[in-house]
Amino acid sequence: MKTVLATGGLILNEPLLWEKGKRGRRGMDVPASDVPAAKIDPEFMGVGPDFPDLSEVDIVRHYTRLSQWNFGVDTGMYPLGSCTMKYNPKINDKIAATPEIAASHPMLPDRLCQGTLKIMYELQGYLATITGLDAVSLQPAAGAHGELTGMLIFSAYHKGRGAARTKILIPDTAHGTNPASAALCGLHPVPVQSGPDGILDPEVIARLMDQETAGIMVTNPNTLGLFEENIKEVSRIVHAGGGLVYGDGANMNAIMGVADLKKCGLDIVHLNLHKTFSTPHGGGGPGAGPVCVVDHLKKYLPVPRVVKDDKGYRLEYNRPDSVGRVHAFHGNFGILIRAYSYIRCMGAENLKKASQLAVLNANYIKEKLKGDLHLPYDRPCMHECVFSDQKQHEFKVSTLDMAKRLMDFGYHPPTIYFPLVVSGAIMIEPTETESKDDLDLFIEAFKEIVREARENPEILHEAPHLCKVKRLDETAAARHPCLTG
Amino acid sequence: MRYLPHTSEEIETMLRVVGVDSLNDLFSSVPEACRRDGEMDLPLPMTEWELNDHVRGLAALMDIKPDYKVLIGAGSYDHHIPAIIPALTSRSEFLTAYTPYQPEMAQGTLQGIFEYQTLTARLLGMDVANASIYDGASALAEALLMGIRISKKRKKVAISSAVHPHYRQVARTYFRPTEFELLELPVLENGRTDLSGLAGLGELAAVAIQSPNFFGVIEDLPAAAGAIHSRDAVFITCFTEPLAYGLLKNPGSCGADIVCGEGQSFGIPRSFGGPGLGMFACLEQYVRSMPGRLIGQTTDLEGRRGFVLTLSTREQHIRREKATSNICTNQGLCAMTVGMYMAALGGTGIRELARLNYDKAEYFKAGLVKAGAKICFDSPTFNEFVVEFAENFKPVAKRLLKKKIVAGLDLGGYYPNLKEKYLFCVTETVSREIIDTLVAEVKK
Repeated sequence: MKTVLATGGLILNEPLLWEKGKRGRRGMDVPASDVPAAKIDPEFMGVGPDFPDLSEVDIVRHYTRLSQWNFGVDTGMYPLGSCTMKYNPKINDKIAATPEIAASHPMLPDRLCQGTLKIMYELQGYLATITGLDAVSLQPAAGAHGELTGMLIFSAYHKGRGAARTKILIPDTAHGTNPASAALCGLHPVPVQSGPDGILDPEVIARLMDQETAGIMVTNPNTLGLFEENIKEVSRIVHAGGGLVYGDGANMNAIMGVADLKKCGLDIVHLNLHKTFSTPHGGGGPGAGPVCVVDHLKKYLPVPRVVKDDKGYRLEYNRPDSVGRVHAFHGNFGILIRAYSYIRCMGAENLKKASQLAVLNANYIKEKLKGDLHLPYDRPCMHECVFSDQKQHEFKVSTLDMAKRLMDFGYHPPTIYFPLVVSGAIMIEPTETESKDDLDLFIEAFKEIVREARENPEILHEAPHLCKVKRLDETAAARHPCLTG
Repeated sequence: MRYLPHTSEEIETMLRVVGVDSLNDLFSSVPEACRRDGEMDLPLPMTEWELNDHVRGLAALMDIKPDYKVLIGAGSYDHHIPAIIPALTSRSEFLTAYTPYQPEMAQGTLQGIFEYQTLTARLLGMDVANASIYDGASALAEALLMGIRISKKRKKVAISSAVHPHYRQVARTYFRPTEFELLELPVLENGRTDLSGLAGLGELAAVAIQSPNFFGVIEDLPAAAGAIHSRDAVFITCFTEPLAYGLLKNPGSCGADIVCGEGQSFGIPRSFGGPGLGMFACLEQYVRSMPGRLIGQTTDLEGRRGFVLTLSTREQHIRREKATSNICTNQGLCAMTVGMYMAALGGTGIRELARLNYDKAEYFKAGLVKAGAKICFDSPTFNEFVVEFAENFKPVAKRLLKKKIVAGLDLGGYYPNLKEKYLFCVTETVSREIIDTLVAEVKK
């Protein structure tokens, strides 16, 4: 019998932090005081928080054991659709920890921080080049924060033209965060149905676009993994109606060096540096969501902006049309510098190659699995492919069952039940850093699971079998919330 | 390229499976009119050692070297980070995972963040803390929006002018496209927020006060709670220096309804201002109005304890445009870091460390007063305070810089009436010797 990637192994139980420790232990040094004790008004004194006292060894074992219950990209393939779980180069973490940079204070005069400002200035330029747009702000701390910044620009733009608009078009193939980001700026989302081929139909857009509509938020490639082939016409219609076109660039990993987003007609695009530009996802952040705009929207970008003049790099504050500040300082700089390192190591040629291989890998999986899983849109895909569980319904096996069973084979499940436009969606994004050998193993595992679904569905219903815990009771968690211990 | 594993033979084989002739043919769905004209104009690829050299060059452009002492806090603090913190946070099972959507494979992240939520709630005297917001500034903006949700139809929020100026700017950005009004409350002679204007305000949803505030001044939170609750408004407190609560009364015990702020102080490097951590906590009755992710405890099919993302019906991916916030990716690893730091300090350690910060600041203030400077606000402070010098401080600051001391932030850029008044900060990383050197230089 062939060896399956996953196997059982020794992991250890570990209680909650406050279920261990002894009063008086310490996990880090507090230096002895070299100044006299000062008086303090007892009116303000508290009793101090009820934290457990733990030794350094207690802490190290605690978190090491916890880490062993986790699965990351370094552990194995993590084909979570729309999240671009590519390999995160180690050198980038080392670069971010450069002492002069890691210890730099964000409010010192510009002349004392030329290194960090130069990195930001150059990164702005690289991201402009990669997207084809003209100007960039690095402040937004994540994709949804970039979307919010984009919607603030929409709002400022229309107000500046003397006509606030109240609606925004959002296709059913856009990212889930889009409606909430628009709503924060008082824009009411108008859903747009994609066509039978999974892409936008310009006629539908023409019908919906009116003088109340601020514009459209398009995810391109969309969440079905398809390039919006009519994007230029869609943009033309929206522009003709006085609107702006926002591009959710979370899926930029598919089209670097291929598409020019300005030529597509996009006015604003956010990028997720933790996706396309390989910065580690950290178990849910920190990320970074820079926003790129075309020239005529540059004046609205968040303040301050890094600019360069004959004296060097400086922060420009005097920007009366700016939407304002969106981050306390300069964004998640520690993430920006990792993306900077990545782009410098890759160069234009390898970034393009990364996109090509990401698309190749997704199409390869699509071709290999389309006999086993239902493929609702059978056409060439970009960086991800979307299947469904339709073929498994007759065995009473669901997407969730197959996803959980993948864990027993040593894979993180794909994104499931998203996009909503496909019922029981299984959204697979392998990324370019998986080799053919690894893809073949994954495909083989999925085929085996599909066979099990026919022959032994119970094993899927009860999966996962090899994880530290079995399926968890999420209903009870929500009905009787226990949010602190 | 070492991150790209495909051999040319493999590429050929895969192209055949896909049914196209070349890598370029994979992009047939991208219309000609949407394509780039030529290749991207980026610098040539660097090897790892070339990159190391290049970044050494960039580091050399930083005038403030790691052995300098920066006596400026203002929302970004220099505290000692024990070696265990980077060692544990760089474990790749934490670092290279994503949002724990599949809890069976993410119990490490989930338990770690559950512990962070618990220790944060204990620190702030709140019932519940979420899994994080981007930073202190966006946490405050989200708290104000939450205050509006709680108060239903009210239209105004007020925020103290002694809140970090950048946080106020971010709050204004979030409020600009809304129908709600954001007012600022003035500061009294003693450096505390003047709440007397609240009495005349109608439609008041929430009031936000920072303590210790931007001037380092400890606000009278119980009095503020009385004034704000008497207007039936939500009382929000915020912070930039959570270490203060090792020594001071926590905001919950002073009557706060929502507490938010920046957690960078707890084990996260300053890193030019980010990533930091938006800490966010509230009373239990408001939890369903809360933004951001929450981790909850539950059991698995066999009755064992486990953790999951919960109450997600508040969130953007379920609730769409009616969600409590649009936040999705947050600051997961930073929350984990801060959880580790709070655990490493412990109840005993946090008290000692907070006391030490307080004592150093008092010693520093006394020294400056003896040297002829004036402490601008006579209210108690924690580890920051505002100083006015008898003579022009700029030449002194220049001399200090030569001695590797970065002294004080001129507040004139943030508060025109506080021009040439300086905000100073001392933490445990600043020795008495450094303080004495600075004081001696002021005396000269």
